[in-house]
Amino acid sequence: MSLLEIDKLSLTIGGTPILRDIELSVAPGEVMGLVGESGSGKSMTALAVMQLLPWAAHASGRVTFDGIDILAASEDQMCALRGDDIGMVFQEPMTALNPVKTIGEQVAEGIRWHTRASRGDAEERARKMLDRVGLPAAQFPLSRYPHELSGGQRQRVVIAIACALKPKLLIADEPTTALDVVLQAQILDLLRDLVAENRMGLLLISHDLAVVTEMADRITILRHGEVMEAGDTARILSGQLHPYTRQLAQASMHVPARARHSVGQGKPLVEVESVTRDYPARRISLLKRGAPIRAVDDVSFSMAPGQSVALVGRSGCGKSTLARMVLALDRPTSGTIRFRGDTLTGKSEAELRPARRDMQVVFQDPYGSFDPRQKVERLVAEPLHVLEKKPAPAARREMVAHALHEVGLSPGDMDKYPHEFSGGQRQRLSIARAIITRPKLVVADEPVSALDVSIRAQILDLFAELNQKLGIAYLFITHDLTVARAITDEVMVMHDGKIVERGRTSEVLDHPQSEAAKALITAAPDLHRAIAKRLHEQG
Amino acid sequence: MTLHIDIPDENLAGILAKAFKNRSFLAGFAITALVAAVAILSFFWTPYDVTKLVISDKTQAPSLAHWFGTDHFGRDILSMIMVGARNSIAVALVAVGIGMGIGVPLGAFAAARGGIVDDVLMRLNDLVFAFPALLSAIMITAIFGPGAFNAIIAIGIFNIPVFARVARAAALAIWPREFILAARAAGKSRTLISIEHVLPNIATLLLVQGTIQFALGILAEAGLSYVGLGTQPPMPSWGRMLFDAQTRMVVAPWMAIFPGMAIVITVLGLNLLGDGIADILDPKSRRQR
Amino acid sequence: MTAYLLKRLVIAVVTLVLASMVVFAVLEIIPGDPARLMLGLNASADQIELLRNQMGLNAPVMLRYLHWAGGLLSLDFGRSYTYSVPVIDLVRERLVVSLPLALMALALSTVIAIPVGLFSASRRGRAGDTIAMGAAQLGVAVPNFWFALMLIYLFAVWLRLVPGGGFPGWSAGVWPALKSLLLPAVALALPQAAILARVTRSALIEVLNEDYIRTARAKGLPYRLVLWRHALRNAMIPVVTILGLQFAFLLAGTIIIENVFYLPGLGRLVFQAINQRDLIVVESVVMLLVAAVIVVNFVVDLSYAVVDPRLRGRQ
Repeated sequence: MSLLEIDKLSLTIGGTPILRDIELSVAPGEVMGLVGESGSGKSMTALAVMQLLPWAAHASGRVTFDGIDILAASEDQMCALRGDDIGMVFQEPMTALNPVKTIGEQVAEGIRWHTRASRGDAEERARKMLDRVGLPAAQFPLSRYPHELSGGQRQRVVIAIACALKPKLLIADEPTTALDVVLQAQILDLLRDLVAENRMGLLLISHDLAVVTEMADRITILRHGEVMEAGDTARILSGQLHPYTRQLAQASMHVPARARHSVGQGKPLVEVESVTRDYPARRISLLKRGAPIRAVDDVSFSMAPGQSVALVGRSGCGKSTLARMVLALDRPTSGTIRFRGDTLTGKSEAELRPARRDMQVVFQDPYGSFDPRQKVERLVAEPLHVLEKKPAPAARREMVAHALHEVGLSPGDMDKYPHEFSGGQRQRLSIARAIITRPKLVVADEPVSALDVSIRAQILDLFAELNQKLGIAYLFITHDLTVARAITDEVMVMHDGKIVERGRTSEVLDHPQSEAAKALITAAPDLHRAIAKRLHEQG
Repeated sequence: MTLHIDIPDENLAGILAKAFKNRSFLAGFAITALVAAVAILSFFWTPYDVTKLVISDKTQAPSLAHWFGTDHFGRDILSMIMVGARNSIAVALVAVGIGMGIGVPLGAFAAARGGIVDDVLMRLNDLVFAFPALLSAIMITAIFGPGAFNAIIAIGIFNIPVFARVARAAALAIWPREFILAARAAGKSRTLISIEHVLPNIATLLLVQGTIQFALGILAEAGLSYVGLGTQPPMPSWGRMLFDAQTRMVVAPWMAIFPGMAIVITVLGLNLLGDGIADILDPKSRRQR
Repeated sequence: MTAYLLKRLVIAVVTLVLASMVVFAVLEIIPGDPARLMLGLNASADQIELLRNQMGLNAPVMLRYLHWAGGLLSLDFGRSYTYSVPVIDLVRERLVVSLPLALMALALSTVIAIPVGLFSASRRGRAGDTIAMGAAQLGVAVPNFWFALMLIYLFAVWLRLVPGGGFPGWSAGVWPALKSLLLPAVALALPQAAILARVTRSALIEVLNEDYIRTARAKGLPYRLVLWRHALRNAMIPVVTILGLQFAFLLAGTIIIENVFYLPGLGRLVFQAINQRDLIVVESVVMLLVAAVIVVNFVVDLSYAVVDPRLRGRQ
């Protein structure tokens, strides 16, 4: 007997179809994985179960929870179910908690509302729940406010709120997407334990096939609001019979073909010498500040021309700060950075121009990295600003057209605005902008982590191709080891502002030496490993 | 406080299409255009000459000859309202111009530089903010005597910190965006980035604030003229007309009713226009829960 | 918390000092010779010299400023030229009219606006919201002094319910005094309430789109409770900001409204002083009002810290 039974659920929002004939069920104690790329309708399915849909939404079909017809239930009935029998965990822990209420109040609130317990009793239960999710009283008293906690800790509070009354069903919508891999592994462990303890059903929504494979007993694959394939996780992923399933799985494990090319000899391209970056701490009193926060701590490394290096580490380890200093967008507190033998540190913007010509940047967010008010031609041509001789308009168009062609876009795209492109295309635009000056170095800060797997495979291919063709050196900043494995020769592992390990990519990823590298690698979800494990468990 | 700015993903045609469907914008635009047209018309034609006193026609109730009646000097109220519109608009427009012209560059500069420069500019802002237009006008009038020029300066000065704050807050929301970093990586200076990327992206917000300040400027000018710190007679102004009406409320209520309605309609039009623009350009405002 | 408060306090004090310099510079330095300005064109050289000595204008500017500013601290605002009494006495007898009026208006505006804002935000897009916000849109456009005239016409001339102006003084009893302040307070409050209601509504709607509201609803709290417990407090920050700004507008409004109702408040005092060129009175009243604006802004900063734990820092 299923706990949750979704039967022919269709959904439209303001007339636009979002879901079509969704079938899905979750049994007590079972983990159901709901997988799909962005826009596939996975979150809407969850919100339909909670009846927290946008006002313009119209749902039809049948959703039965524990014998209750959800779509026909009144708001009062739903209030009784929500937070008591059905809990929900959301994607964005940084904004999911009310900033002006203590974590104790926020956990106890649901308990008090549903059980009519006294404040004292509710707080005692809240305390136990916070202990259970790994927030012990000594460090995390009930009187803490959300802003005093990190992202991972906040997600634990959200889980405590959702599980405080031991719900029969927990819906987790991308619960770990905003967290780094080590935190992700911890939160997934916690969810798994809670499911086992309470025989709770878990509907786990994720875009990450590896995560779902590790967690779910059964999976449902969604695309454009329709179920593509559903069933036993091990069977579906080992068989990969459905073409879309196969496409997703292959894209998740994609490694671009790269010829082993000889790394340029001679003078190093980038030399970083004992670089440190401190940020001033917040004021303790009017005149006193706390000890400065050391984001990057005495880092030294060098990169050869044409070399592709990954800089990996957990969020907050200082990798983005280091990258910005290499790009001369931020100044080191001490130490020197040289690019092609010239010192960058302490130079004025005018003096940096020759260096800027030879280094470019690609950012993570394909939506935020373009000024929405300018056309592609101007945006892609922006780095030409640093050229000694600015090209004439015709020559400029020619150069933009060529760069667009190189990244697989058409020269006709030049007169469009960025919003007319999809996420993957925008990342191509980003790359076109980065290569238009024919730089020697491109720094890419998490360039594929905001993309769906299939798009991401294409972008990785493009990076690999340009590395071969143009001999550009890459510094890839990423928390995702599959990206590092896919297109880099060397890996540097960063932890607490220091580089703790460096070596050939395969060497480091297969035989990590440092604790930090080991932690990253064990925590990283890996589809191969997950499938093997599933098959092994089932014999 | 942080400010969230959504930049609409649309071009001019899309915005215009939305504008034609936005009731608030259409109503506001129509009213504002009407008031502006009346003000311009007053330069060429008014039903009666507002400088001529016709004592025999004094305090006449509204009639076909004088739609809105006449005042205690026999002047036609409608004609005076038309000329007053010109006056109100001019004062408010120049005051907004002063506020925008000085405040926006200051705010954008503070956001671009940060640190000490930002701190000092914002403290100066706080200082000017402590002088509401009426207080500035009182001080100026005490020294230089009354006049419309005082009203412009007093309202204009108070507008500077208003625009500086809005521009700074909006610019601060734009600066951390990745496209700004990309422009910096392309070697562009902070000034150039402010002009090329920051200002165009905060322009709509400033436009909305501009209509709000315009409306407030009309109200402030009327208030200052009413207490004798603004436009001086015989130049007709809405505020002054209300002052003249005050002692004659019992015998000639129309002297108070019509100029007041003129103010209400003008301000309402501008506010509707501002709301409409904000609505059209801010995708968030229409997003339902 | 103390770091934030101290910083805000220092800023307020520095602003106050700078503002006093501005007031002093505008009214005592820019005119060149304030004594000549006060006495007008027909004054003889002897008269002017006498007044210069009386006002201490022959001392160096820095000393004059320090003397004046020191006087302010001990509530010695100097002597009025026209009334020949200490300015502080004049101010004191006017303040008992202006201050209650401003406070009544502020209270009235808050009491009306916040429930209307809550009502509108929770009924977004429905008829009630449309009507309330339509009224607010109109209210924002109404100049308070014109509204005051209309109120006088309606309640004093037509219905004869309240006096149309004048002030009997607090000695005549609390009720008659309050009654004569009622209409002015309403005239001041309603346009401000319209602004505040709009801000409350839009702040609430903004907050209702936040993720933590969804978290609260996922807990099973009914919508009404989510609105009260989670949305309202977060929406208070912009509302308090506007309340602080409104105080400045209300002070200015008080000065104007007093002229409509013939109330013997600071407004009447300052306009008489302007007409009589009594710069010392003008200077004192302006300084007092500027100080009030700065103090209120400081109080607003304090209330941020009460509402928002993030400003209080780690415990």
